[in-house]
Amino acid sequence: MNKTPLHNAHIQLGAKMVNFSNWEMPISYSSLIEEHNAVRNTAGIFDVSHMSVFDFDGDNQVAFFEKIFANDIKKIYKDNKAIYGALLNEEGGILDDLIIYHANNKFRLVSNCSTREQNRQWFEKHALEFGVKVIERSDMGILAIQGPNALNKILEIKEIDSKVNALQSFGCMLEDDKLYARTGYTGEDGLELIIPTQDINRLWDQALELGCAPIGLGARDTLRLEAGLNLYGNDMTINNHPYESNLGWTIDMSDQNRKFIGKDALLSIDQSKSQKIVGIILQDKGVLRSGYEITHEQGKGMVLSGSYSPTLQSSIGLARVDQGFQENGKVMIRNKVLNIDFVSPRFLRKGKI
Amino acid sequence: MSDFPGDLKFLSSHEWARVESDGTITIGISDHAQDLLGDIVFVELPEVGQSVDAENDAAIVESVKAASDIYSPLSGEVIEVNSLLEDQPEIINSSPYEDGWFFKLTPSDMGELDNLLSPEDYSEVCED
Repeated sequence: MNKTPLHNAHIQLGAKMVNFSNWEMPISYSSLIEEHNAVRNTAGIFDVSHMSVFDFDGDNQVAFFEKIFANDIKKIYKDNKAIYGALLNEEGGILDDLIIYHANNKFRLVSNCSTREQNRQWFEKHALEFGVKVIERSDMGILAIQGPNALNKILEIKEIDSKVNALQSFGCMLEDDKLYARTGYTGEDGLELIIPTQDINRLWDQALELGCAPIGLGARDTLRLEAGLNLYGNDMTINNHPYESNLGWTIDMSDQNRKFIGKDALLSIDQSKSQKIVGIILQDKGVLRSGYEITHEQGKGMVLSGSYSPTLQSSIGLARVDQGFQENGKVMIRNKVLNIDFVSPRFLRKGKI
Repeated sequence: MSDFPGDLKFLSSHEWARVESDGTITIGISDHAQDLLGDIVFVELPEVGQSVDAENDAAIVESVKAASDIYSPLSGEVIEVNSLLEDQPEIINSSPYEDGWFFKLTPSDMGELDNLLSPEDYSEVCED
């Protein structure tokens, strides 16, 4: 099983460790709900070094990303910024969702851990025609410090340049080989540090000393769910296109001359008939879980992600449903028909209800 | 460290049974189980009057992470459920052997007690 540089630190903190796509990762350190609330109320730190980091080299990187990335890299390639989007196959199926960072004329890409091998092969295959070199950075680790007080804590860490405070959301900066970015997966303000593994333990320890709570993958899941952020493999797979996965906003066709992989397939989709991902709130007692069946006046659907929301103190989920839904629907939980409300998938905005 | 009170009998699936002075049986889940589950947010209890079979599912407990079936250590008829758990399921985390009990039953076969694990044997299951 793969281990991050912080494996020993997690064990020392008494974390419950689980197998996550062949990585031994902390699911929680104490109470998942307390960890969740720490990020919503103050600041928490996550070890997400299991995620995949790629750098690239060569003169035609922009053209390469224009072809493989469904969002348009031209939105960021002159700035120090990050962009979220999808990697599609020719059929328009989602291979992965990822963030590409651009700083000091360098691109760095972070994608999911379960898709590492698939992505590396995909990048290498398509990089050939552009003369782009794909460099897998398994010598990189990732820390995410998130929450309303995250930046205040980070500014107390002397070795991190205080310029991170001036970055906008999705802004980033590169110093030596260390990338600092105003990105995250919680719906809170914060910073992600994509830095060499030898720096990870030192920064983790400093953040804990400053009062950042260590947060496991369990609370990471409830935090991203409240923020309405998809989880690849759960809310979308290779069998889904972006329009039925709440990712239509990441498909950029404004440059009509740009041919990206999957574009032709997407153009043939009738979006008015596509299913949609919608937020659901359970109005009765119980907990929504992946796979539960949903009905509404004009169609049906299925729960993709479901859990208990510590902030809303009720059960919430993301569901893929037929169009035509109004405000309410039904969900089947263990042969009982219960009531749900359909809402925006973004249950929280800037951490607030 | 988990707690294993001496007056209880256990299933290896982490439920406990206590024989009360009136001959009824109180059933709940172990300290080790609540620790494994994490924050408990919902419990589905059996109906009073319902018959349950030993080692068959009788209730459901949901933590933030997942739903788990709860098996009855003994066969019998449910005579009372812990309605406190409907609004405060987190009591199972804080008091798994006392306030966090699930249901009580009148056993149909006290001999089934012999199939259950002693606290010592159960504590070994938890170490595996």
